[in-house]
Amino acid sequence: MATHPSILFQLGASHHTAPLAVREKLAIDAARASDLATRLGQITGVREFALVNTCNRVELYGVASTADAFPALHAALGAVTGCTPAELDSAVTLRQNHAAIGHLFAVASGLDSQIVGETEILGQVKQAYDAALAQHWTGPVLNRVFQKTFQAAKHIRTNTGIGAGQISIATVAVDLAGRIFGELAHTKILVVGAGDIGLKTVQAFQSRGATGITVASRTLAKAEEAAALAGGWALSLADLPEAVAGADIIASSTSSPDFILTRELIAAGIKRRPARPLFLIDLALPRDVDPATAELANVFLYNLDDLAEIAEENLAQREAEVAKCQAILADRTAALWPQVAHSLNAPGTS
Amino acid sequence: MASLFTDRALLWLGALLYLAGFLAGLIGLTRRQSPTGLRTMLNILLIGGWGFQWLGLYQRGLVGRGCPLGNTFEIVQFVAWSAMLVYFFVGSTFRVSLLGLFTAGYAATLALVSLLIPQWDLVRGQKLFGNNPWIEAHAALAVFSYGVFGLLTLTSLMQLLQNWSLKNKRLNGLFWFLPSIVQLEQINYRLVLLGVTLLSISLSVGASWWVRNIESVHLPKLMVTVGVWLAYLIVLLLRWRGRLVSVRFAWVCLILFGLALLSLGPVNANRHGYQPVILTPR
Repeated sequence: MATHPSILFQLGASHHTAPLAVREKLAIDAARASDLATRLGQITGVREFALVNTCNRVELYGVASTADAFPALHAALGAVTGCTPAELDSAVTLRQNHAAIGHLFAVASGLDSQIVGETEILGQVKQAYDAALAQHWTGPVLNRVFQKTFQAAKHIRTNTGIGAGQISIATVAVDLAGRIFGELAHTKILVVGAGDIGLKTVQAFQSRGATGITVASRTLAKAEEAAALAGGWALSLADLPEAVAGADIIASSTSSPDFILTRELIAAGIKRRPARPLFLIDLALPRDVDPATAELANVFLYNLDDLAEIAEENLAQREAEVAKCQAILADRTAALWPQVAHSLNAPGTS
Repeated sequence: MASLFTDRALLWLGALLYLAGFLAGLIGLTRRQSPTGLRTMLNILLIGGWGFQWLGLYQRGLVGRGCPLGNTFEIVQFVAWSAMLVYFFVGSTFRVSLLGLFTAGYAATLALVSLLIPQWDLVRGQKLFGNNPWIEAHAALAVFSYGVFGLLTLTSLMQLLQNWSLKNKRLNGLFWFLPSIVQLEQINYRLVLLGVTLLSISLSVGASWWVRNIESVHLPKLMVTVGVWLAYLIVLLLRWRGRLVSVRFAWVCLILFGLALLSLGPVNANRHGYQPVILTPR
C-alpha cells in the first residue's frame, strides 16, 4: 500500500485576517484553550499540535496525516470560539509545509506583529510550545520546527535592527532615560500632575526597575490618590522647588495654561546637584516646561512632539529592516524544509 | 626570517591591527551588529595589536637597556600602548560600549603617525636614566599617566557626543551605541583620579631624586611637568567639589590633553644626560 507524506500545517487567524469583532470571539481563555486541545486530540489524523494564543492571534500548528483533517480542525475552532462558519471562512487561513514554517518564523520574530519588531511575541510562542511539550502534544516534527524557530527569531533580533528603538511615547521616554542614566533602578522620578499619561509613563519606568516615584499635584489629595496607584510619595505643587532638586527625571502632564517648570526653578534645582543630569519630559499640552530650560547644561528636555517624532523614526527604521529579515527567514526556511519533509515522510509520522 | 621581525616591523604590525580593529568596528556599527559581537571581534584585534606593540617596544628596550622612552617616537608609541592597557581594564570592568572602537582609532592614529614621521626616530637618547631604576620608574609612570589621560580624552569626547546627541535629538547611527551620560561621568571621574594618582607618584619619585641634585632637571621641563600635573589636579578637585562637571569638564579634559601632548616636546628635549645617538635610517 502506498503511503503519502504527512502535512505540517498552520491554521488560524490574526489581526491581518480578522476584524476586531471576530478577534474578540477568537480570543480564547485557558479553559477554552484546554477544550480546544481536547477536541484537537480527538481528530483522526492529527498527530502533533500546538496552540499559539495571544490577544491578536489564535493559531494552530500541527502535523496531519491527510488534508481530510482540516475540516474537523475548522469545526473544532468554531465550536470552541462560537464563530459562525462564515466568520471563520473569512478570517482563518491555512498554510501548509514550507509556508507554515515561514509563517511561524515570521510570527516569532515579530515581523507579523501589529507593532513590527515587538519582542513579547517570542515569549508567547515559547510559552505555547512549552505548554504543548508538557502535554505531549508535540512530536519530532513540531519539536524541530519550534526549536529552529527560536534560533531564527534570536538571530533576527541579534543581527538586524528590527527591534531597535522604542515606538510608544512612554517607552521612548524610558529609552531616553536609559541613555542618560544607564540603570534606572536608583533614579528618582517626579511626576507633576496626576493625569493618565503621566501615570502610564511611570508604569513604563517601573517596568525598567525604577522605584523612587513621587507625584506632585495642585491638590495634595489628588497627588495622594495618584501616588497610591503608582506606589510612590505625594506632594503638592508648593513643594516643587525641593522636589525638583532631588529628582533625576521629571514627567509633567498638568492642564496648566502656564509653565509649571520654569527656567529659574530648574536652574535653581540643578545648581544643588550639578553632577547629575536632569531629564525633563513634557507630556502636557499646552506645555508645562519652559523650553528655555533646554539651554541649561546637563538638562535634557523632550516634549510630546519630540517623543512622537522619535517613535515614528524608530518605527520607520524597523519597517525598513523587514525586507532584510524576510530574506534571512526565507533562507532559514529553505534550509529547514528538507529536514522537516524527511520527517514527514518517515513511516512513523504518516 | 628573524630580521623580518625588527622592532619597527612589530610596531607596524601592532599599528595595523589597531587600525583593522577600528575599521572592523566601524563596519560592524554601520551594519548594526550586536555590541557583544562587536566587542569580541574588536578585543581580539586589539589584544593582538597590543601584543605586537609590546614585543616591538620590548626589543627597543633591550637595545636601549631601559624603558623605551628614548625619543618622541618611543614616547608616542608608549602612550598608545598605555592607553590600550588601561582600556583593557576599564573596558572589561565597566563594559563601556564603543570605548574599544574609540581607543582603537586613537591608538592606531598615534602609532601610525609616529611610524610615518621618520624624524621622530632618527635620534635616540642613551643611558637616559643613568641606570637608576627609580628614575626609569618615574619616567614610565609619567608616560603611563599620559595613556590614562588619553583614554580620559576619549571618554570625554564620547560624553560630548552623547550630550550633543541628546540635546539635539539626533539619536540614531553611532549615537545609538554610546554609553549613558552618567556612566561616562563616573568613568571620567575615575580616570582623572587614576591619572593624577599615577602622575603624582611619578613626580614624587622624580622629586625625591631631584632634591639631591637640583641641576639635574632643566627648568622648562620642570615647569611643564609640574604645570600638567597641577592642571589635572585642579580639574580633579573641581570635579570632586562639583564645580566642573558635564560638558565643561569634558571640554577641559579634551583641551588639557592636547596641551599635555604638546608639552612632550619640551619635556623630551630637556632631559638631563640626554646623549643623542643618530640611528641608522630605516
